[in-house]
Amino acid sequence: MAKLIKNQKDLDEFLQDYHYMPQDYELIDIPTRFEFDEDVPASSFLHDVWTQFKSNKGAIVGGIIILIFIVISFVAPMTSHYSFDAVDTAQQSMAPRIPGLTWMSWFNGEGGIRQYTGDLANVYHYFGTDVLGRDLWVRCWEGCRISLFVAGTAVLVNVFIGILYGMISGYFGGWVDSIMQRFQEIVNSIPTLVILTLLLLIMKPGLYTIIVALILTEWIGMARITRAQVLKIKELEFILASKTLGASGFFIIFKNVLPNIFGQIIIMAMFSIPNAIFYEAFLAMVGLGIPAPQASLGSLINDGFKTILVTPYQVVIPVVILGILMLSFNLLADGLRDAFDPKMKEM
Amino acid sequence: MDKSTIKYILKRLLIAAATLFVIVFVLFMILKLMPGTPFNDEKLTEAQKAAIYAAYGLDKPELEQFYIYITNMLKGDFGISYAIQRNMSVAGLVAPRIGISFSLGIGATLIGTIIGILLGIAAALNRNTIWDSIATIFAVIGVSIPSFVFCLLLLIAFGVKWPVLPVLYNASDPIRSSIIPMVALSMGVIANVARFTRSEMIEVLGSEYIQLAEAKGISYKHLILHHAIRNCLIPMITVLGPIIVGLMTGSMVIEKICGIPGLGSLLVKAIEVRDYNVILAVSFLYSVMYIVVMLVIDILYGIIDPRIRLGKGDRS
Amino acid sequence: MTKKKKILKIRDLDISFKTDNGEVKAVRGVDLDLHEGETIAIVGESGSGKSVTTKAVMGILASNGVINKGSIEFTYTDLSKERIAEVTQKYDGVIPEGYAKEEEIKTVDITQQSKKFIQSEIRGRRIAMVFQDPMTSLDPTMTIGKQVMEAMLFHYKIPKKEAYARAVQLLELVGITDAEKRMKNYPHQLSGGMRQRIVIAIALSCDPEILICDEPTTALDVTIQAKILELIKDIQKKKNLSVIYITHDLGVVAKVADFVNVMYAGRIIEKGSVNEIFYGPRHPYTWGLLASLPDVDTAGDELYTIPGTPPNLLKEIKGDAFAPRNPFALKIDEKIAPPMFEITPTHHVASWLAAPNAPKVEMPQDLKARIEKNRKEANW
Repeated sequence: MAKLIKNQKDLDEFLQDYHYMPQDYELIDIPTRFEFDEDVPASSFLHDVWTQFKSNKGAIVGGIIILIFIVISFVAPMTSHYSFDAVDTAQQSMAPRIPGLTWMSWFNGEGGIRQYTGDLANVYHYFGTDVLGRDLWVRCWEGCRISLFVAGTAVLVNVFIGILYGMISGYFGGWVDSIMQRFQEIVNSIPTLVILTLLLLIMKPGLYTIIVALILTEWIGMARITRAQVLKIKELEFILASKTLGASGFFIIFKNVLPNIFGQIIIMAMFSIPNAIFYEAFLAMVGLGIPAPQASLGSLINDGFKTILVTPYQVVIPVVILGILMLSFNLLADGLRDAFDPKMKEM
Repeated sequence: MDKSTIKYILKRLLIAAATLFVIVFVLFMILKLMPGTPFNDEKLTEAQKAAIYAAYGLDKPELEQFYIYITNMLKGDFGISYAIQRNMSVAGLVAPRIGISFSLGIGATLIGTIIGILLGIAAALNRNTIWDSIATIFAVIGVSIPSFVFCLLLLIAFGVKWPVLPVLYNASDPIRSSIIPMVALSMGVIANVARFTRSEMIEVLGSEYIQLAEAKGISYKHLILHHAIRNCLIPMITVLGPIIVGLMTGSMVIEKICGIPGLGSLLVKAIEVRDYNVILAVSFLYSVMYIVVMLVIDILYGIIDPRIRLGKGDRS
Repeated sequence: MTKKKKILKIRDLDISFKTDNGEVKAVRGVDLDLHEGETIAIVGESGSGKSVTTKAVMGILASNGVINKGSIEFTYTDLSKERIAEVTQKYDGVIPEGYAKEEEIKTVDITQQSKKFIQSEIRGRRIAMVFQDPMTSLDPTMTIGKQVMEAMLFHYKIPKKEAYARAVQLLELVGITDAEKRMKNYPHQLSGGMRQRIVIAIALSCDPEILICDEPTTALDVTIQAKILELIKDIQKKKNLSVIYITHDLGVVAKVADFVNVMYAGRIIEKGSVNEIFYGPRHPYTWGLLASLPDVDTAGDELYTIPGTPPNLLKEIKGDAFAPRNPFALKIDEKIAPPMFEITPTHHVASWLAAPNAPKVEMPQDLKARIEKNRKEANW
């Protein structure tokens, strides 16, 4: 038990190692004090988000990989002297052949079905060629770019539609809201794959058709978040006040809703990008992909799959690119979610 | 079950039926409005075409055709196939494939859920250890990478490189042929379930009722088995919905890749050759499955979890 | 006051938590005594270490918590199964004076016991706890009956039928009508007040010797608060319980406690009988707490709040932890932490203002007037 101080003697004992000074028992000047808040540095929300995000290794790695992929997908087709649609019957189905690595059996170009007799000294295909002799390095990155473009555009439009739909539904309320809600419920209860196949039956396969198809699948979540936020903000008194003063309520609500849903929308968008990439590949696999000679990751996988038994590299390479891309986006999205809302933290 | 529960279930059933009706109507009309018909062979004369149309009832107004379609459908008649196997009834074409697709899907769900739950619980109980990290990494990979990617990689590894399993589905050896597709399909399930179970378990372990149970002085085993796991498994039901939807989409591609004669590969084929009646029937089946699964999950959740009172609360 | 048996003796308890940001020193040398049949209160802001102290007593510190030093000595009666049954049947679970033989009275240091021992012998069985929020502290998926019976089945291994009968009795004891019917209910079917009664019933199920109440009424309506406190007091008398209240609400303390311990930043800074603390407080922090209590006369005036925030326990604290918020801080406060000064044998205060050389500082006038008025009313 700590020593209880009962008298001056106890106190002297307690203070024996201490150099007592007469002014020790003076009150401290009040004006010089009360600056105790320095322990809690004021930090803005975005600053917190950034600090939290930085500490997530997976998210950083994911983000860097995505950046690298984007850069390569632009640079590779530009710098290569092959074109994505240049057919070369002399070099059909050539396995990967990489300069400097030809001593490895995987990268000497001899893994394919055909034995090339000609002079290969200066012929290199990093990822090999497809059945028509098109260079897969260029086609894969071209495809990666198109897949990213499709996914990115679809998600952007989805965010726009979702916010608009949620705003209108939440702002007007009443029968407008009920009709819009019922419509949303019905759309939501049709499986995505049915919507996708139907739409692609009606429209001609192509880049923009796929984008439209993807738009139809993800907007509902965004609309829901926006509507909930609008309903919450509508209740606030200052909105009523500014409305009675004649300000445009719609605009005011929009201005107040946006910052509140910003985090959630970003998180949702980041999660829907890999989803969109997946659906693009899915559509290609069921035969509704982007028409040749254009390439997307999905159509490359679909083409490569046909010769899986003889030239597996034709499918493995785009599959691995797709896998890494989706993984990276998910890691990034996970990191963003944890950063924006630590409470939502999952695995 | 009290009155409000039954009322709620009835209401949900009614909404489900109405939704299905809308889906069939939209599907039917879209397919009717498609450019071209299955019989646009140029060699056919106008008279021959008219005869075929009359034979298939295609000369009647659209709404009447729809009425006939619906009434037939209720009797189990989905029309006939125009292209895949001409004049074969769609029902006959679809029926034998349902079993194959179902066993694949149910197998993957069961394997995935069981392994996923075990993995998730193990990770939560050994939080911040190496096991937890391994499970986490595995879960992120499983959630991110589509099942057909796993399927292709497995096929190349165990079908081509080390040929221990068949690459294409072999009807005389269904079990060995199902291993690769089932493993590929269950990866996503395992990952999703493990991820959910882990986070749910961590939340439950931090809850006050676990603290109170702990304060009773019961053993750790009892605490985990009787309080923690029970509470973390109930919300599991809600993730099963999205998981099953994911399986439906995933199996379509996987059936194509592995050549499995199931519903998914039939739909892919029907889309390729534009066999409208088959597309209609299979899409309808998928929608039914989806809506039924959602409905069952919703109702089940209300019955199992004593906290949720059906018919009340916000369900937007 | 007669000298009662001391059943809990905490000495120099020091607990810290290892976190990603460093070591949080949650409890820094706490001394605490609890005698049989007595009620003590531990008062303080959240983060003052009051909950951590009691969790250490229960052996349910979070896994990153470490007891660095100190002891928690607990004295209890360890009866055989037959003798427990006898006590339950003949004496309604209360061990009568002189019943226990000398060799049955044991003293253990909880900090030195294995997890297994604490779980099977102490926690829930001899020291039980009532938690803060009845809305979240019952398992939502288990019937009330099962939850009340669980601890009995576990510690006493009695047949289910017997446990059921005792559970019904317990529910009646805590004032639940229709006890048999309620046994089959789930927590969500009951009101907050009822749930807190259930939580109390669970705590009492093994006839514990110490009951720890962690803010038992803060989550409840004011009208129900008084009833629950009344109930705990009642049961305490019937069962000869020793009770520890953890609270930040001095209003509760005034109603229930015999002795009060005021905690700040992991230390007890003032302790004494209820009257000593309420009518003769010596620590400026206690003044602040008392001044921030709402009062009939001051209604309408702005409530007093203590300026500033509690210190960051991640950092080494030099001198008195309260000094930065203390309008009466002395220069010595910034250099050296004050020891406990004895005011009376029961009233101790850790403030340099109690030192013989310290300037005579008066508590704020408002507070003084209020205390004077209350003292007259209470006739102390």
